[in-house]
Amino acid sequence: MSESLLYFVQQLLNGLTMGSAYALIAIGYTMVYGIIGMINFAHGEIYMISTYISFIAIAGLMMLGITWLPLLLILALIVAIAVASTFGWAVERVAYRPLRGGNRLIPLISAIGMSIVLQNYVALGQNNRDVAMPQLVKGGWLFGAEQGFEVSLSYMQLMIFVVTLIAMAILTLFISKSRTGRACRAVAQDMKMANLLGIDTNRVISMTFVIGAALAAVAGLLLGLYYGVANPFIGFIAGLKAFTAAVLGGIGSIPGAMLGGLILGTSESMTAAYLSTEYKDVVSFGLLVVILLFRPTGLLGKPEVEKI
Amino acid sequence: MLQVENLKMQFGGLLAVDGVAFDVGDKQIVSVIGPNGAGKTTVFNCISGFYAPTGGSIKFQGEPIHGQADYRISRLGMVRTFQHVRLFNSMTVVENLLVAQHRHVNTNFFAGLFKTPDYRRREKEAMERAVYWLKKVNLLEHANREAGNLAYGQQRRLEIARCMVTEPKLLMLDEPAAGLNPKETKELDELILSLKEDYNISVLLIEHDMSLVMGISNSIVVINQGRPLALGTPDEIRNNAAVIKAYLGEA
Repeated sequence: MSESLLYFVQQLLNGLTMGSAYALIAIGYTMVYGIIGMINFAHGEIYMISTYISFIAIAGLMMLGITWLPLLLILALIVAIAVASTFGWAVERVAYRPLRGGNRLIPLISAIGMSIVLQNYVALGQNNRDVAMPQLVKGGWLFGAEQGFEVSLSYMQLMIFVVTLIAMAILTLFISKSRTGRACRAVAQDMKMANLLGIDTNRVISMTFVIGAALAAVAGLLLGLYYGVANPFIGFIAGLKAFTAAVLGGIGSIPGAMLGGLILGTSESMTAAYLSTEYKDVVSFGLLVVILLFRPTGLLGKPEVEKI
Repeated sequence: MLQVENLKMQFGGLLAVDGVAFDVGDKQIVSVIGPNGAGKTTVFNCISGFYAPTGGSIKFQGEPIHGQADYRISRLGMVRTFQHVRLFNSMTVVENLLVAQHRHVNTNFFAGLFKTPDYRRREKEAMERAVYWLKKVNLLEHANREAGNLAYGQQRRLEIARCMVTEPKLLMLDEPAAGLNPKETKELDELILSLKEDYNISVLLIEHDMSLVMGISNSIVVINQGRPLALGTPDEIRNNAAVIKAYLGEA
């Protein structure tokens, strides 16, 4: 392989790593939109909180003497998912449910408010400076050195891919096979009818928030470990990127969010590599504009049917 | 089974339903008829919890239900269809029937995650019930098609099957024969009668097709401009001067 091809492969790997993490967060946006037609702007904060929880959990577990890495990470993941799900559930219960049935814009404003509240809650409680975490997952593979450019695939990147893949597979199975998943799809299609058939739609909606938050927690742990730093404001930009990914893939569509995340991540790393790092947001949002011009419902979105 | 008394529904300054009252007894088919815009569907919406009525009372099996959440009302054993078909179009036919049994099944998240024996048994029962009703409405061969791709008459039948898997005590059908050809209407007629006879349910019906209404109803409620006009057996209604006037206009 030539040097330039190896360089390309490296960028692709980096892009897909970021992309799969975006996709995990994007699912939270897309599922909530699919069911109640609102954008949960506080979702990025759930991701940010998950990163903090993961850091705290890892530090706590290490103090308890758990140092075997797989166990440490699995326990931290469980803690992060549990806490993030509780936050996701509570945000819906407190800030959105009381406003349901009114104008669509009202919960949207409430979501922005919730986002500010959560951001400042963490900033006040945890200090608004960066917190750092030592690199836990070290090492990786290097190949291609004899051709002049060395491609590295770190264990951390691989872990992000694999865990994301597992999470997506579980989610897909859950939605297509389980009873709750079936109820989710029914509520997304026709909430009133689902209600009349005796499905407790409020419970299904809560469930959606919980699932979205759990996936954001997975992303929070993975990206937290990957970057090694966190501050109370990382939720905003991550949320914006994930939201873009969701819209790109077609908001409301779960496979769309996955695809959108990967495209966004790849286009960012390619721009950073071949153009300039400063242009990466310009290109990714420009891409969004272009795709929406030709496919207003996103890549995999279905044309919106007016809900009654 | 169902007692509606002095039902009132006001939208702003418009009194859409005013003083409608009727009873539905056990194993009875009651039809609500009236000219377009008379308020028939509004009455339905009040009973099924779609709207909270502004006055009057609705009792189901002796229990007042007006103003209750619609999923609660439905859990008491009352289920309805709409004028236009409202299936879950992108789900398969059998999934439509399974999702309607959601409340009958243990939906505890962990029970589903670990597939407990109890969960499996209930899933199996739900599937058996779905298959039973698919046979009954002649849709078994279409079980795995998307509901949205069925022919219109089939969608109508699936809708009734979806109501029946919830094991209702009262089935409310809003113009079930709309858009059906005479043969399909006749089949529907037989289906509704058999539901009443074989499953001991009551049926409340809104319908324009007079032959269907007259043929199967135990009693008929006539509404005109939101007000009750007449109440009686098909024969009484057929000969009621006020009803004839409302339908044919003043000569």
